[in-house]
Amino acid sequence: MARMKFLCDSDRCIECNACVTACKNEHEVPWGINRRRVVTLNDGKPGERSISMACMHCTDAPCAAVCPVNCFYTTADAVVLHDKDLCIGCGYCFYACPFGAPQYPKLGNFGSRGKMDKCTYCAGGPQADDTAVEYIQYGANRLAEGKLPICAEMCSTKALLAGDGQIIAAIYKERVTRRGYGSGAWGWRTAYQEDMPA
Amino acid sequence: MLIKRNEGRIARQRLAETYEGFASGALDRRGFFRQAGLGGAGLAALGVFGAGRAQASGAAMAVRNPEKPMRIVKNICTHCSVGCTVTAEVQDGVWVGQEPSWDSPINRGTHCAKGAAVRELVHGDRRLKYPLKLVDGQWQRIGWDQALDEISRKLLDLRQQAGPDSVFWLGSAKFTNEAAYLYRKFAAFWGTNSVDHQARICHSTTVAGVANTWGYGAQTNSYNDIRNARTMIIMGGNPAEAHPVSLQHVLAGKELNRAKLIVIDPRFTRTAAHATEYVRLRPGTDIPVIWGMLWHIFQNGWEDKAFIRQRVYGMDEIRKEVAKWTPEEVERVSGVPGEQLKRVAQAFATEKPATLIWCMGATQKTVGTANVRAYSILLLATGNVGAEGTGANIFRGHTNVQGATDLGLDVTTLPGYYGLDENAWRHWARCWGVEYEYLLSRFASKALMEMPGIPTTRWFDATMMPGEKDKTAADGEAYVQQPSSFKAMMVFGHGGNTVTRMPESLKAMEKLELLVVADPHPTNYSQLSNRRNGTYLLPVCTSFEMDGSRTASNRSLQWGSKVVEPIFESRNDYDVIHALAQRLGFGERMFAGIQAPGGKVVAESVLQEMNRSLWSIGYTGQSPERLKLHMANQAAFDLTTLRGKPGTPVAGEVYGLPWPCWGTPEIKHPGTHILYNTNLHVKEGGGTFRARFGVEREGQTLLAEGSYSKGSDIQDGYPEFTVAVLKRLGWFDDLTAGEKASLERHFGANIDRAAWSTDLSGGIIRVALDHGCSPFGNAKARAVAWNLPDPVPVHREPIYTARPDLIAKYPTLPDRRGFRMPHLGQSVQNRSAEVSKNFPIILTSGRLVEYEGGGEETRSNKWLAELQQDMFVEINPADASTRGIRDGAWVWVTGPENASKARVKALVTERVAKGVAFMPFHFGGWLMGEDRRQFYPAGTDPIVLGESVNTLTTYGYDPVTFMQETKVTLCQIRSA
Repeated sequence: MARMKFLCDSDRCIECNACVTACKNEHEVPWGINRRRVVTLNDGKPGERSISMACMHCTDAPCAAVCPVNCFYTTADAVVLHDKDLCIGCGYCFYACPFGAPQYPKLGNFGSRGKMDKCTYCAGGPQADDTAVEYIQYGANRLAEGKLPICAEMCSTKALLAGDGQIIAAIYKERVTRRGYGSGAWGWRTAYQEDMPA
Repeated sequence: MLIKRNEGRIARQRLAETYEGFASGALDRRGFFRQAGLGGAGLAALGVFGAGRAQASGAAMAVRNPEKPMRIVKNICTHCSVGCTVTAEVQDGVWVGQEPSWDSPINRGTHCAKGAAVRELVHGDRRLKYPLKLVDGQWQRIGWDQALDEISRKLLDLRQQAGPDSVFWLGSAKFTNEAAYLYRKFAAFWGTNSVDHQARICHSTTVAGVANTWGYGAQTNSYNDIRNARTMIIMGGNPAEAHPVSLQHVLAGKELNRAKLIVIDPRFTRTAAHATEYVRLRPGTDIPVIWGMLWHIFQNGWEDKAFIRQRVYGMDEIRKEVAKWTPEEVERVSGVPGEQLKRVAQAFATEKPATLIWCMGATQKTVGTANVRAYSILLLATGNVGAEGTGANIFRGHTNVQGATDLGLDVTTLPGYYGLDENAWRHWARCWGVEYEYLLSRFASKALMEMPGIPTTRWFDATMMPGEKDKTAADGEAYVQQPSSFKAMMVFGHGGNTVTRMPESLKAMEKLELLVVADPHPTNYSQLSNRRNGTYLLPVCTSFEMDGSRTASNRSLQWGSKVVEPIFESRNDYDVIHALAQRLGFGERMFAGIQAPGGKVVAESVLQEMNRSLWSIGYTGQSPERLKLHMANQAAFDLTTLRGKPGTPVAGEVYGLPWPCWGTPEIKHPGTHILYNTNLHVKEGGGTFRARFGVEREGQTLLAEGSYSKGSDIQDGYPEFTVAVLKRLGWFDDLTAGEKASLERHFGANIDRAAWSTDLSGGIIRVALDHGCSPFGNAKARAVAWNLPDPVPVHREPIYTARPDLIAKYPTLPDRRGFRMPHLGQSVQNRSAEVSKNFPIILTSGRLVEYEGGGEETRSNKWLAELQQDMFVEINPADASTRGIRDGAWVWVTGPENASKARVKALVTERVAKGVAFMPFHFGGWLMGEDRRQFYPAGTDPIVLGESVNTLTTYGYDPVTFMQETKVTLCQIRSA
C-alpha cells in the first residue's frame, strides 16, 4: 500500500497561492479556514524562500496522541483523518501539531470553537467514499476517485508534490541531482521521522 | 492586518466577520462546519441548498454531487496572458468543480491563485445582476430594453449635437477575439477612432517599439520555448506574481540547462528570489543599463558580427550612443556597479541562446518605446532573435490583450495593424462588404477618419478640454483637435482605477453627459465620482459564459467553450454590441457577413469573417474548426516545441496556430512558433524580418544580405510581395484564374499595387509560400528607427525625478502635441527640483499574484480576497525609521499633483531600496481616506476595498503611444 506524503520543493515555490485557492475551490472551504497556506521566510531579502504548508499526515501523528475523544484515524494510505461527529473542538490537537494545521470555525462571540477542520489529503472522511454527505462535511474525496490532492495537482511550478512517499522522493531526488542543489524535504523529519534520502 | 508580506505572522482575519454577514443570507456556504456533528442533517441541507441555489441564478454555489453525471467543458483562464486551460465540471448547468487541465501544453494542469479560483467568478454573489440606472444618486433596477433604448437615444442625440467623436469607446483586453473585433468594427461604423483598451496602459510601447524594430508587435517566441534558453534576463517584470505559470517554464529552463536567470529590477521581487543574479537599478534607468551592457559587449567583441551584418540596419549609430555609457556613467545614473553589469553582459552575449523577458517595468514609462527599442537592440546585437531559446519574450498582461491589440482595439489602427489611411479603410470596406463612401459618411471628416483617436490614458483631458468648436484664444494649446470634447463614455470590461491622475479623471467623469459601464462587476466607475444621473450599469458576463477564441501572449489562439449560461440577467458582449448596433441604425450593415439569429451572435461566424480579412498578420488560417481540433487534441502537442506529434490529427501543427498562420485554412499552414526564424521553411513556420520600412535608406539597403529562410527561392533580401513584384519575378502566372479574377475585381486598373496584405483571395501569399518566401519580405531589423522621436534610444530622466541634477544632461522631450492633444514634457520636468524637496521618495507600482488589473473582479472573489485584505505601501526600513513608521501602521502617502493622498498600511521591507516605495495597483473603493463602499449598488461591492495607487500617480506619457508613467513618480510618506 502506498504511503502518501507531501513534499514542497522550496526552490520552486513562488508563493503564488494556487494551492490555497485550489483547496478552497475544491472543498468549498469557508472564509477564515485555511487548510493550506504558504509561509515565506526571509521575505524581501536575499535567501527568500516560500513553503506551502498543510497537515503533513504524520507517522505517529501528535494530534491523534492528544485527542481526548480519539477522533483521529489513519487510513490504509497513511492519511490522517478525523471524525467530525466525534470532535468536540477542544483545540488540543492545535497545540500538539508541529505544523499549525488544525483550524476551527468561530462559533460565537466568546472565542468558542467549532469542530476542527484540516487538510484531508483530498480523502474525505469516515462516511462512504464519494457521497454527498461526505462532501458536505469534509469536502471532495479525490483519492477515492483515483486522483491526488488538488493543491499539488494545480501547483503552478510543480513545487508541491503529493503522492506515494517513495515516488515523490524519487522525483525530488532527480531534480536535485539535475540542478545541483536542493533545500531538502522540509518537515519530513518531524512528520515522517525520516530525512529525505539524498 | 493581512498584508501577508511578512514572515511568520499569522493573519488576523479582519474582514472575516463582515464577510460572514454577507454570506449568511440566502446564499450561505453549505453548513460545512455547523452541521458537522449532525450526521444526516448534512444531507438534508444539501437537498435544500442544491435546488434553491440552482434556481436562484443558474450558476450559483451548488454543491457538487458525486452521484450525478458530470459534463467537462474547456475554456481559457480570463486572467493573465499565459493562456492556461481551465477544465470545468458542470452538473445541471451549474459549474461545480474545477479539474487540472493536464493535456494543455501551456499549463500542464497547473494554475496560480487566480486560475485556481476562477470558478468563483461565475458563482456571482458580488456580480452585477441586472441593468441599473443612476437616478438622482440612487441605483434603480431597469430592464435591458429600457437601458439599451435610453442609451442609444442619448448617443444619437450627442452624435447630432457634437459629432461621432464626442463618444469614447473603451473596450477590453478580456474580450474574446471575436468581441474585440466586433467592438472595433462597431466604432468604425459609428464613425470614430477613439476606441481603445488596456493595451494602451500595458504593452502599447512594446507593440510600437518592437514593431518598429522588426515588423510585428508581439512576443517572438513562447513561454514553452524559454525551456531552451541558457541565459534569461527578466528586466522590468515580476512573472512570479504576474504570470506564475510561466515560471514553470522559466524554472525548468533554469534547472534543465543550468541556465542563468538574471533579474534586473528596482525591487527584489518574488521572481528575483529565484534568480541566480539580482541587479538592482534606480527606477527609470533601463536604457543606461542596457547601453552599459552593450558597452561591455562592444568593448570585448562579444557581439554577433555575422548576424548584425546580414540582418541589422544601423548598428553603427548605436555604437556611438553606447560609447557614452562607460561603467562609471552607468553607475552614476543607474546605481548598477560596472563589474556586475559586465558579468551579466558577458553571460547574455556568450552563453547562448539567451532571452530577454520584460513586462510593464519596461513599458509604463515616459521612455517606454525607447526602452523596448533598446531591449530589442540588445537582442539584435547579440544575435538572440529568431531561434529557439532566444527572443523577446514579452509577457503581456490580460488573457486576450494580444488578441485585442491584433484586432485593432486601438486608436491608431484598424484590425490587423492596417493603420488608418485610405488604403486601410478601403481594404476593410471590401472585407465588410460596404462602400468606402458609406464608412466615410459615418465620420465627421476624412481628416478625422485618418487621424488617430484619443487614448484611454487621456480620455479625461479630452473631456475637460474644449473641442475646436468651443475653444477660445485663452485656451491656447489646451484644446482637443476635433469638433467637440468627449460627452459620453462607453466602458466595456475596464476598471476606473487603472489610469493615472485619478483625481482629475473624477472631475471628467462628473462632466460626462452619459457614462455606460458594461461589465460583470460595477467597477470603480460606479462609485468613484459624485455623478447623480446619466449612468448605466449593464451586466455583461465573463468569457466563461460564452464561446470564443483568445490569443495568448505567444500568439497562440485557443478556443474557449461556454461553461454555463450567462448568470443572472447578464448577456455576452456579442449580443450587447449587436443590440446597440441595431438601435443605432447600422446593425444590418455591420452584421451582414455574420450570423446572428434572433440577436444571438454566432462566435464562429465572427472568426470566419476575421479569417477572410486579417491577411496582414496571418489570422487567416485559424478557422474555428482547426482551433477546436487543437483544443480536443491538446495532449498531442510537444511540451517544448509545441508541435503536434506524428500520427495525431494535428501532426506538425503548432499548438494554437500562433500567428502568422499564413493563407487560407485549407493550405494548412502550421502557425509560427518562433518569429523571424530562418532555420525553418516558411511553410513550417519559418520566416525573416519584415520589410516594412522601404528597401533603401541613405544609400544603404534595408533588405537582408545573404540571410534567408530555409528553402527560399530568393537567397537574399527581398521586398514585400505585391502583384508588381510577382510579375517582375515571373511568378504572376502561378496565381490561379480564380485568384486573378478576385484581384481584378477588387483592384481593377490598380492591380499591380495589390499586396499580400490586401489580396482577399490569399493568392499572393500562397505563391510566396510556394517559393519559400515570407509574404512580407525579407529585410533587416532596424537598430535605428528614423520615424520615432528618438531614432536611437537615449536616456531621458523621468518627468518626476529624484535626481534633478541629471535633468540638464538627460532632459525629457520638449512639450509637443500628439493624439489630438497637448503633451507636456519639459515644462513639467523642470519643476522636479522643487518637487523632489517635498516628495523625496520614488513611487513605483505593480502587481500582486492574488489580484489583477483594477481588481474589482478579483477583490470580489472570496477565495482571493481572503489572501490580501489591505492596501499597503512597501517602504525601506531606513525610510521608515526616519519617519517613525512601524511595520503594519497606517500611513499617508502623498503625491505631488492634485493634493493627492492615500491612507494605506506600511509594509517595512528591504524588498525596496532606500528612497523607493512600492504600491500594488489593484485596489480601489477608497478615495483619499474616504471609504466609498456605500456608493456601490447594493450587494455588488467587492469584499476588499482600498486606496488606488493611481490617486497618487502623476503626469507623464510616452511620446509614441501616450503610455502612462506608473513606474516612476515621487511621493512622501508619513505616519497617519
